[in-house]
Formats: sequence, structure tokens, C-alpha cells
Amino acid sequence: MKNMISGWTLIKLYTVFIYVWMFTPIVAVVILAFNPQQFGTFPMEGFSFKWFVKLSHNSTILDAFKNSLVLGSLTAVFSTAIGVPAAMAFIRYDFKGKEFLNTLLIAPIMIPEVVLGVALLLFIRWLQQPKSFVLLLVGHVVLTLPYVLLIVQARLVGIRKEYEEAAMSLGASPFQTFREITFPLLAPAVFAGMLFAFTISFDDVTATLFWATAQNQTVPVKIFGMLRNSISPEINALGAVMIVLTISIPLMAGYLSRRFAGKAGK
Amino acid sequence: MAQEKDPAFVKFQGIEKRFGKVVAVKKMDLDIPEGSFVTLLGPSGCGKTTLLRMLAGLENPTSGDIFIKGKRINDTPIHKRNLGMIFQNYALFPHKTIFDNVAFGLKYRDVPKANIREKVEKALETVRLPGVGNRMPSQLSGGQQQRIALARAIVIEPDVLLMDEPLSALDENLREDMRREIDNLQQELGVTTIFVTHDQREALSMSDKVVVMKDGFIQQEGVPEEVYNNSANHFVADFLGHSNFLNAVVEDRENDFLRVRLEDGSSALVTPSGDFASGEKAEIVIRAQKMKLEYSRNHNSEEKMNFFSGTVVDRSYMGGEVSYFVQLPGKQVLHVINFVKRSPYRRGDEVVITVDPYHCRLLKM
Repeated sequence: MKNMISGWTLIKLYTVFIYVWMFTPIVAVVILAFNPQQFGTFPMEGFSFKWFVKLSHNSTILDAFKNSLVLGSLTAVFSTAIGVPAAMAFIRYDFKGKEFLNTLLIAPIMIPEVVLGVALLLFIRWLQQPKSFVLLLVGHVVLTLPYVLLIVQARLVGIRKEYEEAAMSLGASPFQTFREITFPLLAPAVFAGMLFAFTISFDDVTATLFWATAQNQTVPVKIFGMLRNSISPEINALGAVMIVLTISIPLMAGYLSRRFAGKAGK
Repeated sequence: MAQEKDPAFVKFQGIEKRFGKVVAVKKMDLDIPEGSFVTLLGPSGCGKTTLLRMLAGLENPTSGDIFIKGKRINDTPIHKRNLGMIFQNYALFPHKTIFDNVAFGLKYRDVPKANIREKVEKALETVRLPGVGNRMPSQLSGGQQQRIALARAIVIEPDVLLMDEPLSALDENLREDMRREIDNLQQELGVTTIFVTHDQREALSMSDKVVVMKDGFIQQEGVPEEVYNNSANHFVADFLGHSNFLNAVVEDRENDFLRVRLEDGSSALVTPSGDFASGEKAEIVIRAQKMKLEYSRNHNSEEKMNFFSGTVVDRSYMGGEVSYFVQLPGKQVLHVINFVKRSPYRRGDEVVITVDPYHCRLLKM
């Protein structure tokens, strides 16, 4: 009996240790962002927002931010616009090569981003096109599409086909049925997929490093570049902002989709 | 003056449906008269739902034609067929209010706004749920949801009402009420109705015509009494109610009855269905409710009745009646259902089963 208790205690301690080990660096970044000193040391001497202020005056960072926001938003829109009809096709219809096509679209999740990054670059060179914002956007859509697909498909499976059949038997055409029944029931998943796509695009470093030109650097790529020159506390502030954004957006998505799902019922 | 009813308001002609190698419905012909309540009855996988879904336009027939009001509808898409469909799980739109659910079909029928309200309210009254228009489907019970589904289907004044096992998601007591309610509603509206079920009680109690199906074939069609009392074959007799089967060999004719010899050597009088030759092997069907039990010691032989003596091996009490299982000398066990008496028979009691030859029907093997 006594041994069992100590065994559980050990597991608890181990769990706590894992969490501490995982989150300490992140917490450190956030705390150091408020450190007024140039070089971060503990204990901190004072508390200030000056790095955040400095950050807000840094035009290259602001540009990168703007790039990231535009790229993330467009990625979300395109991924959803492609992902929703694709998910509909995979779940609601039978056609030849369905499994193969589905696997193909999900595949980017399983392929290392470096490989994906290089592959798209080689492809664009084969087409003899320069690197551009469009390339970056295409790349990000490829990266995020699997998430949108998986989320929307999972929800579609849960929406019984009878709803659509009932609507059509009542006189609604297939399109009217989609507009009136399927899409409203699917909306939470579409919304969640969109936010996931945005966050993943907003966050991505590895593949983006290959695709971004000097003009359309995203925030993570910018941070990566800044780290090569110096370790400015500005990066901590920027990191803190990024952390807040990338954690709060999926949380919000999850909350909203649960709320809407609750309203829509089963 | 009522118009002449169309005897083939809905017509299936040589209809067949294959799913890959599986044949769900085989070369079937079926006419459904205008205003009638027809039940497709059979075990799961018999093709009844597939037949219904082909009529609804949710499945395409592999071959054959479907007609409604004499018009071939094979190529008419589902939303132009003007059918009311009721599903097992109600399928009320969960994100729309009850009012919007019922009004849904009217939106696509050029009904003026003011009339929509009026029609929806009338439909809700018809299903005895007035005033629930503002609620969401999830706020209603299962039985209420199914009544709303009914309102939603009838408000569009469909040519045919299709119901796919609409009662099987409800619990026993509610099912009984809904059964009567659907039956009354159908009579009141006079709408041609096709009802799919695997529950024989639903089929027998509501229908003008029962179509018994198995393996994609129609086994028998007819009014409930005929299908029950004059079952066409072993399957129908076995599927409807509790039937006993005894193998027999035909001996000779005795007035309206046939004299047959059973496997244990005893003889019995039976009512033949069809022509039988002397020496032909056949099967006797006896309904469990048509047999009467008595103690062997009280038994007096009577003319023109069949008797089987045996031992009670099991019984189960079912409230108003008792099921007895009686083993005959030849080891065969007969299922007998009798009303509860003051002193029910117990296991091991020696009993005699009495049954009128009229209730012993001889079927071809």
C-alpha cells in the first residue's frame, strides 16, 4: 500500500517536472519582456513596458506584423474556401480515387516542413517563376489545408445526412440545402478551421524561411533574423505578443465552436 | 362526389436496385392505391427502406420505373417530387425553431408570407402541438419531435407521405399513442402513405395493405387479416405472430379438410391452402393463440378437433396472457399462448392441446 502511494507521488512529481521543463522558457520570455535592463538577469531590477514601446516604433517589425496578418488572413480564407467543398466531397459523395486524393491533401501534415519548403522552391524554379508573395500564400495554404479538412470532415460526419435529405424532400435544391442546413450546422467547424489556419500560418518559421522574400518577411522569420545579430530584449517583447496571440486565438476558436455546437444541438 | 381513386397512384414497375454485387430490391412490381396506407414490412436488409428511398429520390434504381400519378419520376430530382418524408430520428433542423422547421417546405412553394404563418399554425394544431413555434427542437421530447416532423411533412400537402421506421426511436408506451395518432391523421387527411417498419404490430394495426418483404422480394401483399390468417408461405407465417410448424404427409380429403399424418404417427385434420395430392409432403402452421390447453385428466375427446398431448416444459407470464411451451412425444415443442386462468399450468404438467382444424393451415413445402 505504502509503495503504491509513493509510486503515484513519483508520477505526479515527474509530471510536474515535465510541465516546468516545457513552460519555463516560455514564461521566462514573457517575464523578461518586462525587464528594463538590456541583458536579462534574475532577479529583475524593476518593471517596464519600454521594450513594447520600442517595438511599436520599429517599422521593420511593424511591416513584418502586417505581412503576417495579411498572409495569415488570406491563408485562412483560401484554406477554408478549398477545404470545405473538399470535405463535403469526401464525406458526402463517392467517387473514384477518393481515398487517394484525401490522403494526398492530408499528407503535408506528415511531411517534414523542410522537405515541403525545398520542394515548393524547386517546383517554382522549374516553372521559372521568381519567389513572390503568391508563392508564400500557396505554400501556407498547402500547410494549413489538412487542418481545415480534418476539422470540417470530423464535424460533417457528425451532421446526419437525414437533415439534408429532409431539406431536399421538402423542396430545397442541393444548393439551397447547403446554404440553409449544411453550412449553418458546419459553421463552428469552418470557423475553427479558419482560426487554426490563421494561427499555423502566423506561427510558421521553417517553411516560411524558404519561401519568404526580403519584402514579405513574417514576424517569426524576422525574429529568427534578429536573433542572428543580437539578443535584443525587444525580441522578448515580440515573443510575448506572439505567445498571447497564438494561444488566445485557438482558445477562442475552441470556445466559440463549443458554444455554437451547443446551440445547434446534436 | 369523390373522384375515382387511382388504384396505381404510385407504381413500381420492374424496379431493381443493386449496390455493387448486392441486390437490395429484385425486379419488383407494386401498385399503391390513392389514399391508402401501405406498410412495407420485413426484417432488416429485406429491401423495404431501399424501395422507399428510391421513391423519395434518395437512391437511383438500377433498372425499372417508378410512377406517381401516372408520371414517370425516375429522372425527377428529389426536391421536385413533392413528397413528405419522415425519418426514424426525426431529422428536425436543430438550428431552426419549430416554426421555421415546419415552414421550411413552404418557402420553396411560392406561398405568400401571411399564408405561411396560417398554414404552419394549422399544421401544429393538427399534430396537437399548438404554440411551440418559438421553441428549438432540442427542447421537445422525442414523441413531440416526431409530431413536428409529421407537421413539417404534411404542411406541404405532399402527394405521398413516406415514413421510414418513424416509431422505432420512441419508447413502448409512446409508440402505441403515436401509432394511433398517425393512423387517425392519415385517415383524416386521406394522403397516400407508405410506411416502412420491421414491427408487425405497427404493420397490422395501421395498414390498409401490408407488403411483406424478404431478400428484395415481395413475399405476400394483402390486407392485414389476410396476410396474418392466410400467410402465403413459411416466412410470412413465421414473421407475423407466433407460429408453430409441423411436418406432415397428406393422406386424403375429409369434407372441407384434409387428413394428414404427422411425423410421430398421429393424424390431424387441416385446412389446405392450395391443391395437395395424396402422399405429398407439406407443413402445418398453427398460431400460438389458436390452441387451447387443458389437463390430460380433464380431457374429453370431441369430434372434428385436433389433439396433441404433451408436457409443459416452460412458461412465461406476459401480463394478460401466458406463453407455454409444450413438448410432444416426438420431442417437438409447441408454443401456446393462452389467457391467464385462475390456476396456470406448471412445468411438468401433462396437458392436451386442442385446436380447430380450421386454424391448422397446410402450406406447400
